[in-house]
Amino acid sequence: MSAENGTRSYKLEVWRQARGASSGRMVVYQVNGIDQNMSFLEMFDRLNEDLLRRGEDPVAIDSDCREGICGTCGVCIDGRPHGPLPNVTTCSLRMREFPDGSTIVVEPFRADAFPVVKDLVIDRSAFDRVVTKGGFISVNAGQAPEANGLPVPKDAAEAAMDSAACIGCGACVAACPNASAALFTSARIRYLSLLPQGQPERTSRVLGMVEQMDAEGFGDCSNHGECEAACPKGISIENIAKMRREYLRASLRAG
Amino acid sequence: MNAPALREIDVQDDLESRVPDGPIQTKWERHRFDMKLVNPANKRKYTIIVVGTGLAGGSAAASLGELGYNVLNFCIHDSPRRAHSVAAQGGINAAKNYTNDGDSVWRLFYDTIKGGDFRAREGNVHRLAELSVSIIDQCVAQGVPFARDYGGLLANRSFGGAQVSRTFYARGQTGQQLLLGAYGSLMRQVNSGRVKMFPRREMLDLVLVDGHARGIVCRNLVDGRIESYAADAVVVATGGYSTAYFLSTNAVNSNATAIWRCHKRGAYFANPCFMQIHPTCIPQQGEGQSKLTLMSESLRNDGRIWVPKKAGDARSAQEIPEDDRDYFLERIYPAFGNLVPRDVASRAAKRMCDEGLGVGSTKRAVYLDFADAIGRLGENTVRERYGNLFDMYHEITAENPYRTPMQIYPAPHYTMGGLWVDYNLMSTIPGLHVIGEANFSDHGANRLGASALMQGLADGYFILPYTIGNYLAGVAPGKVSTDHPAFGEAEGATRGRVAKLLSMKGKRTARELHWQLGRVLWDHCGMERSGPGLLSTIEKIRELRAEFWSNVRVEGSGEDLNQALEYAGRVADYFELGELIALDALARDESCGCHLRVEHQSPEGEPIRDDEDFAYVAAWEWKGEGSRHALHRERLAFDNVHLAVRNYK
Ligand SMILES: Cc1cc2nc3c(=O)[nH]c(=O)nc-3n(C[C@H](O)[C@H](O)[C@H](O)COP(=O)(O)OP(=O)(O)OC[C@H]3O[C@@H](n4cnc5c(N)ncnc54)[C@H](O)[C@@H]3O)c2cc1C
Repeated sequence: MSAENGTRSYKLEVWRQARGASSGRMVVYQVNGIDQNMSFLEMFDRLNEDLLRRGEDPVAIDSDCREGICGTCGVCIDGRPHGPLPNVTTCSLRMREFPDGSTIVVEPFRADAFPVVKDLVIDRSAFDRVVTKGGFISVNAGQAPEANGLPVPKDAAEAAMDSAACIGCGACVAACPNASAALFTSARIRYLSLLPQGQPERTSRVLGMVEQMDAEGFGDCSNHGECEAACPKGISIENIAKMRREYLRASLRAG
Repeated sequence: MNAPALREIDVQDDLESRVPDGPIQTKWERHRFDMKLVNPANKRKYTIIVVGTGLAGGSAAASLGELGYNVLNFCIHDSPRRAHSVAAQGGINAAKNYTNDGDSVWRLFYDTIKGGDFRAREGNVHRLAELSVSIIDQCVAQGVPFARDYGGLLANRSFGGAQVSRTFYARGQTGQQLLLGAYGSLMRQVNSGRVKMFPRREMLDLVLVDGHARGIVCRNLVDGRIESYAADAVVVATGGYSTAYFLSTNAVNSNATAIWRCHKRGAYFANPCFMQIHPTCIPQQGEGQSKLTLMSESLRNDGRIWVPKKAGDARSAQEIPEDDRDYFLERIYPAFGNLVPRDVASRAAKRMCDEGLGVGSTKRAVYLDFADAIGRLGENTVRERYGNLFDMYHEITAENPYRTPMQIYPAPHYTMGGLWVDYNLMSTIPGLHVIGEANFSDHGANRLGASALMQGLADGYFILPYTIGNYLAGVAPGKVSTDHPAFGEAEGATRGRVAKLLSMKGKRTARELHWQLGRVLWDHCGMERSGPGLLSTIEKIRELRAEFWSNVRVEGSGEDLNQALEYAGRVADYFELGELIALDALARDESCGCHLRVEHQSPEGEPIRDDEDFAYVAAWEWKGEGSRHALHRERLAFDNVHLAVRNYK
């Protein structure tokens, strides 16, 4: 047990990698005085404050909203993207989940398509490039018809929302043994394919996005299901099956 | 202006809003006709810089690309989809009147003026209400999965202080879905080559050539390079500055740096002290806390707010019987009850806590109770409406709000103040346009719930794309390049600042000093302010700033990804902005909206406005390091909504 007023101590093994370097290494740090209500990232804030005071370079780690919606944060904690809890992002994880005195291993999301920028920070711009190839509905500002002129059945709207809830954090890629981006890509394809507005571009969208996904160097999906388990937003693996069907349908049409 | 700090301030009534004349209902229509146009074939010759990819910047960049302009779009995030707009939960207003409950453009206009406590411009607000309906059309066409009724038509709910149901929502993720809609449109323009994205870039200066905004200087956050970009006009959409208070509901990287640097280049800063405290946030838990989490105020539709009647009541919430509870909002404001506007709800909660009636470990919290709603509607319906918020609360506090009441406390949330803009959304620097939360327009002294998303998208999709053309039509395209000496000067200044931050090697971290600044602002320039408190705050902030610039420690190098350096630069700006916030609060010697001066309240603690002396926008001009700000006042006229005391009783 660590000392003062119920706070906790941890040993952190953290991946450190200089910018542009091809390799990195694990470095061990001790953090003390952690309140169990602190978030995982607040624990990291504490570590980085300690490092600054000691004149050492703080650990680079990304985050922003700190409430689980922006998708900026995300590290592997003891080998699991976003850590031990289902449906929780790294920023929303609380230190009460980690017993006092435990060792916590922290690494970046690893995938060829997500190069490390520095330490725990990675480059996920591949996701944006996948979206540029059709992950939208083409409508210019000013062109839209009256909103209620186009009813969408409630169940379709709800199902679309389920897929649209993806935050683009990349945990699915990090969890997949093949580093596939199928869950991310399929969620957006399926969301748009469920809506009447999404129909005109349905064929070009799936072909374009899948082609770009492959070009970015993501691996193939072989149905491990790790992505679904790691997803902090509960995006279902069913999306991938639907994407396959969409792809087949589109290939037949395009062919 | 009596305080010595105010006596020597240079005051002028010289700001021209450029709101067109004539009946309010047709101002915008006439203005669109009167504005100059850029010939379609010429648009591609113009380059426009858009800084920010939130609802305002993202929608503007996409729309300008669709029109054929050449757009350079910047953000500090790794992807445009992560702008803090993503965190908005509750919804977006529009005067569609789909619920047939009497809403109209006029009512939305009226509610917004009144909600803002008569400190917003009528012309702008009416335009916003008019455009609200087109926003919903646009978003639905983009595929935004708004909540729907069983007939497949759009669902609405009532929200924060409105007596009609005009709020559109997508579960508790409205901001995310609207942002992804704008992001989709933006990515489409990236694919077409009309928009070029520059992620992980921080704007650190604005470049003026012959008095016009013609470019920006950024730091490439990955490799530390200082980069210049030239354009024919600049649009800043970098969001609000609540993070000056350290703990707020904003993201940890939200910042005031871009607008502050524009301010120091000549853009007036309007109403900096108008900042909103949101009533339904999870109370602070400890010192290591980095931010406060808001829970959508839609919770107030079904949750009832109370404290124990007896100070020091040690019983748990469940043990306190009905008779010993004070549902204070329902008691004080029977007409609106738990749905009074944010400032009213926040102040009432604070007052309860000040009287020793607060609950929880810190006694700075009140209960938000769903027991009645669960009894009336069933747990399933409550879960359907608020499930994700209840989950979030549970994640953070480890308590189950289906069983025990939530604890809430107000937190800094939104800044109505921002860079001053005219009706065309142009600042006092020609060519510099400011949109979204970064500008001061439309919300007066208090913003109504679900109106920020509306304003950001109105600015970006439907206002700026027209008004910027009016400016560009008078500019010969492509005349300025980054070879101009003004870019070299700005780059040099930026490099010097980075080097200074890295060289001090002091003993305090930026975070510690920011935390102290936040405390001072929160205590004296938060929910309640007083003349003496503000004077001491100004002194304290100056001391902290001096300490920052002599004793801060930033490790690492400038030629690398260096988050400590980024942060220190932002904190440095908060000190200057913080002082201006306090000065503005001091100069506004009245109570209005979120700004309560203890000297001006009724015996029951209701704010007392002073329309004779203060019905103006306070726009502050930077006069250089070490010099006093000058005050420019834009007088507000209320020709359509009669000045009246807000009364929610
Ligand atoms: C938790 C929360 C909930 C909310 N809920 C609601 C709601 O339900 N309804 C409602 O109407 N409003 C709500 N609001 C308010 C609303 O979300 C914001 O006011 C609005 O989204 C701001 O949008 P924006 O585009 O102006 O700025 P932002 O979305 O903050 O975007 C700022 C952009 O600027 C970029 N940027 C910032 N600084 C720099 C720099 N120096 N250089 C380069 N780029 C920079 C960022 O990368 C980002 O792209 C909420 C706000 C919060 C915090």
